[in-house]
Amino acid sequence: MATARTNVRHAGARQRTSSRLVPSPRRLLLHTALAWGAALMVYPLLWLVSSSVKPDTEIFTQLGLWPRTFDLANYSEGWSGASQSFTVFFTNSLVITVGCVIGNILACSAAAYAFARIEFRFKKLWFAVMLSTLMLPHHVTLIPQYVLFFNLGWVNTYLPLIVPKFLATDAFFIFLMVQFIRTIPRELDDAAAVDGCGPFRFYLRIVLPLLRPALVTTAIFTFIWTYGDFLSQLIYLTEPGLYTVPLGLRMFLDSLGGSAWGPMFAMSVVSLIPTFLVFLFFQRKIVEGISTTGIRG
Amino acid sequence: MSSPAPGSTRVGTPPNASPGSADRSGVRKTDTRSSTPAWRGTKRNNLVGYAFLAPWFVGLAVLTAGPMVTSLYLSFTDFDLFTAPSWVGVSNYVEMFTSDPRYLQSLTVTFVYVALSVPLQLGFALLLAVVLNRGLRGLGFYRALYYVPSLLGGSVAIAVVWRQVFDQKGLANQVLGWFGIAGKDWISIPDTALHTLVLLSVWQFGSPMIIFLAGLRQIPRELHEAAEVDGAGPVRRFVQITLPLLSPIIFFNLVLQIIQAFQAFTSAFIVSGGTGGPSDSTLFYTLYLYTEGFGNFRMGYASAMAWVLLAIVAAFTAVNFLMSRFWVFYGDERS
Repeated sequence: MATARTNVRHAGARQRTSSRLVPSPRRLLLHTALAWGAALMVYPLLWLVSSSVKPDTEIFTQLGLWPRTFDLANYSEGWSGASQSFTVFFTNSLVITVGCVIGNILACSAAAYAFARIEFRFKKLWFAVMLSTLMLPHHVTLIPQYVLFFNLGWVNTYLPLIVPKFLATDAFFIFLMVQFIRTIPRELDDAAAVDGCGPFRFYLRIVLPLLRPALVTTAIFTFIWTYGDFLSQLIYLTEPGLYTVPLGLRMFLDSLGGSAWGPMFAMSVVSLIPTFLVFLFFQRKIVEGISTTGIRG
Repeated sequence: MSSPAPGSTRVGTPPNASPGSADRSGVRKTDTRSSTPAWRGTKRNNLVGYAFLAPWFVGLAVLTAGPMVTSLYLSFTDFDLFTAPSWVGVSNYVEMFTSDPRYLQSLTVTFVYVALSVPLQLGFALLLAVVLNRGLRGLGFYRALYYVPSLLGGSVAIAVVWRQVFDQKGLANQVLGWFGIAGKDWISIPDTALHTLVLLSVWQFGSPMIIFLAGLRQIPRELHEAAEVDGAGPVRRFVQITLPLLSPIIFFNLVLQIIQAFQAFTSAFIVSGGTGGPSDSTLFYTLYLYTEGFGNFRMGYASAMAWVLLAIVAAFTAVNFLMSRFWVFYGDERS
């Protein structure tokens, strides 16, 4: 970690010196182009936020981003949703994401510890199997998994969404943690062994605490993915009382039948807030996670 | 983490750390990676290793390997979830390619989508990464703004917005109106509906851009400076230095993006209201699979579709790996 950071600092210093060599008008031009590009990129988002506080009549007639009238009625109207309020949807999403985060942290770290530190038979084979599941399209297992959970009576419960995480099915995080555990000095293992610390205590007392940065990354991405997941929730949850935010939003959309866009936009904004907040607070971790593993953000 | 570039996965362990090797005799080797703590005796190790992996093994057996076999079996049956599957041989596969125009349509739509969205998305990602890597001030700020769509773009909320942006009265037409261009109802016209979804995907170029940026950082600046001294212009330097050195990362992104693009679902589902319309012009492969499997409960047929999807994705990945010999440059084994 430390070396990586100094490297980055070096690179930064080098870049600063060389940027002084770039002629100033060209740099200005570049900045202008980048700023316009960035504005174009975030314009749909700003438009969404702006539309969410406009009265319905103004959304499609009033072009400016800055609304003439602020109307928060869209939010209160939207929050009550279709047949269930968004309080229900947010609670459900929270339960599922928390369950998935805990599952991924426990199961993936245990698997990663075994792969990174313990020499057992056929380890290379299993590691290769684990990596190959990374590339497997989810759809190949979708139907049999559904049949399985259906026969277990788990449809319309959160179990099909949470239990797989406790079985370390998100191989990406195992891979992430294996990479991380390999940076922990082996001398620690030896010292612990000399002190009579067994592998389980070692995992609990040494590996897990040291793994914290990777666990945080795992928690962040598990949150983002689980919260935003649509297909599995669509398949397993059919009772509106169990709906998560994406499902609730979709039901809301269907119930409106193309009218009352204001409340729809207001709830779209609300539904994006949790992910956006995670991004604001953990931007560095997210960028680092994507950069080092190629994880999809 | 001074981890290697993404994609260069260092698999396995040092070769001298194999189980049962003779270095358990208490002789410490100088290489710390193979020094063996007392509790790492082979039998015990196997037990401990498999104990830690137990959840993963259950998951592999029950949620991945088992389902794959089941799905292969189901693909040769008629199965509606409520009655026992009945064996029909290869007729599901035959039906797909001979008497199901909607299936062939979904295949076409998906291929067009992959062929358009992947190169465009990666192209923009690379372009922006190269521009942002020029040591400009405010890198973090720009990176954040360009990345946000990638973070939020896959959500139901954004798909809802997209539907409105490209509506007859939507934002896109308003903007076009400023330039005097007559708009149209992009989402309702079969010719353009898919293009709006491609655009939605391209809009999310942020995360490959971040991966490219990380890769560009690892290219030694001295190389560029030396080439500049030798009189190579920016284009030449990009083609002869940046591209070759970045090629492993481009390759990694290409493989992943293709796999993901084949599985696109949410945007088409929301924008078309779950139908794949207008006139099946946004009937993504997975959307049709969902409709057949969970709408019509033709789970045998949907399983066959899933296996064809797996075959297609595997074929693309294999071709990618084969082609990579000709353009991916791994340099001198730096990791």
